[in-house]
Amino acid sequence: MGKTLAEKVWEAHVVRRAEGEPDLLYIDLHLVHEVTSPQAFDGLRTAGRVVRRPDLTIATEDHNIPTVDVDKPIADPVSRAQVEALRKNCAEFGVPLYSLGHAEQGIVHVVGPQLGLTQPGMTVVCGDSHTSTHGAFGALAFGIGTSEVEHVLATQTLPLKPFKTMAITVNGPLPEGVTAKDLILAVIARIGTGGGQGYVLEYRGEGVRGLSMEGRMTLCNMSIEAGARAGMVAPDEITFAYLEGRDHAPQGEQWDTAVDYWRSLTTDADATFDAEVVIEASELSPFVTWGTNPGQGLPLSASVPSPDDAVDEVDRVAIERALEYMDLTPGMPLREVNIDTVFLGSCTNGRIEDLRAAAEILRGRRIADSVRMLVVPGSARVRLQAESEGLDQVFLDAGAEWRGAGCSMCLAMNPDKLTPGERSASTSNRNFEGRQGPGGRTHLVSPQVAAATAITGHLTSPADLVNA
Amino acid sequence: MDAFVTHTGTAAPLRRSNVDTDQIIPAEFLKRITRHGFEDALFYSWRQDPSFVLNQSEYAGASILVAGPDFGTGSSREHAVWALQDFGFKVVLSSRFADIFRGNSGKAGLLTALVDQQVVESLWEMIEADATTQVKVDLEAQTVAAGDLTAPFEVDPYVRWRLLEGLDDIGITLQRVDTIEVFETSRPAFAPTTLG
Repeated sequence: MGKTLAEKVWEAHVVRRAEGEPDLLYIDLHLVHEVTSPQAFDGLRTAGRVVRRPDLTIATEDHNIPTVDVDKPIADPVSRAQVEALRKNCAEFGVPLYSLGHAEQGIVHVVGPQLGLTQPGMTVVCGDSHTSTHGAFGALAFGIGTSEVEHVLATQTLPLKPFKTMAITVNGPLPEGVTAKDLILAVIARIGTGGGQGYVLEYRGEGVRGLSMEGRMTLCNMSIEAGARAGMVAPDEITFAYLEGRDHAPQGEQWDTAVDYWRSLTTDADATFDAEVVIEASELSPFVTWGTNPGQGLPLSASVPSPDDAVDEVDRVAIERALEYMDLTPGMPLREVNIDTVFLGSCTNGRIEDLRAAAEILRGRRIADSVRMLVVPGSARVRLQAESEGLDQVFLDAGAEWRGAGCSMCLAMNPDKLTPGERSASTSNRNFEGRQGPGGRTHLVSPQVAAATAITGHLTSPADLVNA
Repeated sequence: MDAFVTHTGTAAPLRRSNVDTDQIIPAEFLKRITRHGFEDALFYSWRQDPSFVLNQSEYAGASILVAGPDFGTGSSREHAVWALQDFGFKVVLSSRFADIFRGNSGKAGLLTALVDQQVVESLWEMIEADATTQVKVDLEAQTVAAGDLTAPFEVDPYVRWRLLEGLDDIGITLQRVDTIEVFETSRPAFAPTTLG
């Protein structure tokens, strides 16, 4: 019987298999950042261990760093101490590091692909749940905890039980005005925040094949919000075109050998998935969240739901609590929800294509007086690229703030936060209570909806602007 | 890591579903670089509310948390496990756990026992009626018992074995270092390295 893409990548990395034990899996690339690594390096030090493969490990500073005054010392002493710990640990253990100020610094999941380090068929891990992003290349990529970070640093392997596989098949091309973000929000609303538990999702079908690498990364990025460990897209010509010529991509004969291998990384016709979900692309439209988990989403054209719509008692309590936290009334059209802050950025939607899409909508327009808009490129490289295309000026002319690269308001570890009660339209990945600042309220949206919303001050799609 | 065989203690009812790790410990507290001392950060926002269950004196000292479905979703932060442990919890019971949280718990020695939602509901009623109810979690027998109730729970067999033995994962893997070295000789030449 044939194998799925996920099974092929898994099998190619089994170092040791024994009855009654998890497989020992080899890790090709380990991405490291300041927040989930200090205790792991401490563990190595205490046990007198070394980093087995610093040449398969790379670190950057992203979660904790400011996006303004990046040439000055970090003002928050606790944040500064954590970033300094990373610098000290990387120097001591020989791990390459892209620090604040370096042209390759940025969000770890933007940096890896951009350098060409993320390639089809690899196993990629990071102490960050959005490591699923790298699955867009046909890599098996998943988030791990700090104990596992230490394990990978020490051994370059992880003991793991095989994941189950789920096909997410998107029939037909995405309609005009529908993005990868809308697609993944619709998938999560459909299967729920626990629907993917124990699974690797493989996104397939015409609606996925038509996506750019940036779009595929957005899709795979939020697999974790459906509870899945990883998301994958089989590599194709779009993948190879993205990779060719990048700093760490294979060159010359090696490139040809690699591409030959990568072409074999598709799910066999006679392979079976443990589960399958089919999405009809023609039924999709711009999607937003109304609640406090990423599964609580609806088409922008819908209205705020009621606890009476709940499927069971647990769901009813969850809806009630979410409406109270979000200060929303059942039946209110989502288009009438007023927004204070628009955040464009994150590992979900902070790549150059996302910035281009938002800038296209903002060009020649002004954001509403009542709105503040932060534009935070996913990496220093994305920032430089955007500036070379004049996008920074488009954002500034529209009245938005143009910031340095980092995770920023996606998780509010740095000074970029919502104030209590403040409401955002955010291109990030989590609308949990307090995620963007204590008491803050988050609506997850695509970059296009974010830009249109900034202009009107309430949840808006680009099509609404044309029709208005 | 200390071995875990059985644990008996009082339990706190957390009547919420989809408890994400941002609620268990907000990002602000992840700036710390130590491995301990996160008890003040556990459920930080919810603890600002005097009516929150962990602020009730009768549940002080509870070492078992009985939570709604989909516990531990979202961020991979192992700090969520550490905060629960630092606060005094040895066991979390739920009918569904998020994968990464569950994996982290197994590594750090916090038992996540998977039970039917009906068992959660029964335990909630029991411990809300009498907060001093003793709950016994037996990892050898894979059962949870309180009052008249004895119910089985699920745990990954390998995690169970490691917890029973109190074994450290890295130590186990480093015994296989020869196998890892052999595997490394077979990796494709085009596989990238992170060096300049």
